[in-house]
Amino acid sequence: MSVLVYVEQIEGKFKKSVFEAVSYAKAIADKLGTTLTAISIGNVPESELSALGKYGASSVLNVAAEELKNFVNQAYASVIAEAAAKESADVVVLSNSFSGKGLSPRIAVKLKAGLVDGAVDLPDLEGGKFAVKKSAFSGKAFAVTEITAAKKVIALSPNAFGVKESPVEAVISSFSPAIKPTDLTAIVKEIVRATNKVSLPDAEIVVSAGRGLKGPENWGMIEELADLLGAATACSKPVSYADWRPHAEHVGQTGITISPNLYIAIGISGAIQHLAGVSSSKVIVVINKDPEAPFFKVADYGIVGDAFDVVPKLIEALKAHKA
Amino acid sequence: MKILVCISNVPDTTTKITFTNDNTQFNTSGVQYIVNPYDEIALSKAIELCEGGKGTVTVVNVGESSTDPTIRKALAIGADDAVRINAAPRDAYFTAYQIAEYAKSTDFDMILCGRESIDYNGAQVPAMIGEFLDIPSISIIKNLSYDGTTATIDREIEGGKEIISVTGKFVASCSEGTAEAKIPNMRGIMSARTKPLQVVESVAVEVVSSISSFETPAPRGTVKLIPAAEPESLISLLHEEAKVI
Ligand SMILES: Cc1cc2nc3c(=O)[nH]c(=O)nc-3n(C[C@H](O)[C@H](O)[C@H](O)COP(=O)(O)OP(=O)(O)OC[C@H]3O[C@@H](n4cnc5c(N)ncnc54)[C@H](O)[C@@H]3O)c2cc1C
Ligand SMILES: Nc1ncnc2c1ncn2[C@@H]1O[C@H](COP(=O)(O)O)[C@@H](O)[C@H]1O
Repeated sequence: MSVLVYVEQIEGKFKKSVFEAVSYAKAIADKLGTTLTAISIGNVPESELSALGKYGASSVLNVAAEELKNFVNQAYASVIAEAAAKESADVVVLSNSFSGKGLSPRIAVKLKAGLVDGAVDLPDLEGGKFAVKKSAFSGKAFAVTEITAAKKVIALSPNAFGVKESPVEAVISSFSPAIKPTDLTAIVKEIVRATNKVSLPDAEIVVSAGRGLKGPENWGMIEELADLLGAATACSKPVSYADWRPHAEHVGQTGITISPNLYIAIGISGAIQHLAGVSSSKVIVVINKDPEAPFFKVADYGIVGDAFDVVPKLIEALKAHKA
Repeated sequence: MKILVCISNVPDTTTKITFTNDNTQFNTSGVQYIVNPYDEIALSKAIELCEGGKGTVTVVNVGESSTDPTIRKALAIGADDAVRINAAPRDAYFTAYQIAEYAKSTDFDMILCGRESIDYNGAQVPAMIGEFLDIPSISIIKNLSYDGTTATIDREIEGGKEIISVTGKFVASCSEGTAEAKIPNMRGIMSARTKPLQVVESVAVEVVSSISSFETPAPRGTVKLIPAAEPESLISLLHEEAKVI
């Protein structure tokens, strides 16, 4: 028995959420008294692969097949399932990223495994069970899911577990799985990536603004504040619906659910559907001119004031703090 | 062209979430049910693709008879007919298996789903259907165009998008932006009553998981208010007290 972690690469590099998944998988392997193997698919330099040892992966399977250069969930699921069989892995861990969400269900079906997506804590193994807590109802609750199948697949929520070091020497070996042409019928034509921006789902700090900002022309100060904090930007639903901001920034019940360390909400009223997507943020700051805005009820810190007055001052204060 | 749209029946977005029986069951008392908002987007996209007699839209739901009003709502929005697979949806594995089995018995060009259901937020069912049917599945799409054989799809990725081309049958799960959600009109509501709703029995499948209990997040403390004229105090609190910057 062993634990297998899939390490998603983006342009040959691993992101923090991958190291979180490795740390989490290592903690499960320790609980089960077994070892951790990582599987990487695509073109990743050796130095990057060996860095996985720092978080506890003692073995790394490297799949560098040219056909698998781009992520195609159907083919990647076959490869990971084959690796799980080869390693006799009962537990497969991955990050619940956009790609992870398209991948974990397919792996689970291949392995006839129980799947927990959006896991927020380590499995509880007491009394021989395998129960994993995940967020549900768009962050309004948690559901403890018991996996009763012999095989388990867990997709870890970004920012839920943190990165934990547990250094071992990572032995890298190349792995050449069988590739079925029928697994590659979906073809990636183009990848459009805004490289200079912090990505929202796994950002540690998020600066978000709503209809209180009046119009898209006023987002300059939001972006400046976000840049100073190394934060991603987000918005409320009406803002993305009015095309003031791209849909990808829309957080909430019908947008993205996030759980950053710090969420700063500016000119957002705090409707229940908005809160659903952000309420698991560790610290919430609200800036709103209406002291009765519902958002203040769930905030840790608040400023009652006009955003057009407060935000520029906040930017100045932050610059002074950094200097 | 025939499009299957999978719809799930979920609590209205304003629902206060509580549990009963020692936190083992979702408290359904007084809860209003709706078509999962992302599924409305999927349905609207399907209707758009079939406009002008180009095809038909069948909605599929795994649920007990209590979900019929939600199915009728989908018919009112514009689906041509509906199929309900008669079973309480136990988990995504079970649900996807049922839908895949039904899909095998009928002819279709594509299956559209929502990106996730807003109750259990699994985002599992669509890709599981794809795997059970051994056809491509594209999760969390933002755009879809179809020329009758090949679909061109934008998929969301961290900080960007991927453009994917797929020929032949596929499953896609739709998010915001894929289509403008359609609202039922009076004629739609009237005709929904007489559109066909077929009920089929479910098939047996192994049990892989179950929810053992629920928890609600710990309530937050009261807000600490900082005077608008002193934003530097906020910075120091975030730095020294909350330690997040
Ligand atoms: C099915 C459904 C799903 C939904 N899903 C989502 C979702 O996923 N995400 C989401 O966000 N919403 C969602 N909504 C919409 C939600 O109900 C609210 O309408 C929305 O969140 C309000 O956005 P807002 O706070 O930006 O705007 P408003 O409600 O208009 O609030 C603007 C706020 O800005 C403040 N303000 C105004 N001027 C200033 C100023 N100069 N300085 C400081 N503050 C100022 C006001 O006091 C007010 O509190 C959903 C609704 C439904 C029905
Ligand atoms: N009981 C169900 N019946 C039909 N379709 C469903 C059901 N549950 C989920 N789906 C579909 O699968 C999508 C993702 O759901 P989930 O995997 O539960 O988050 C939903 O948006 C629906 O399109």
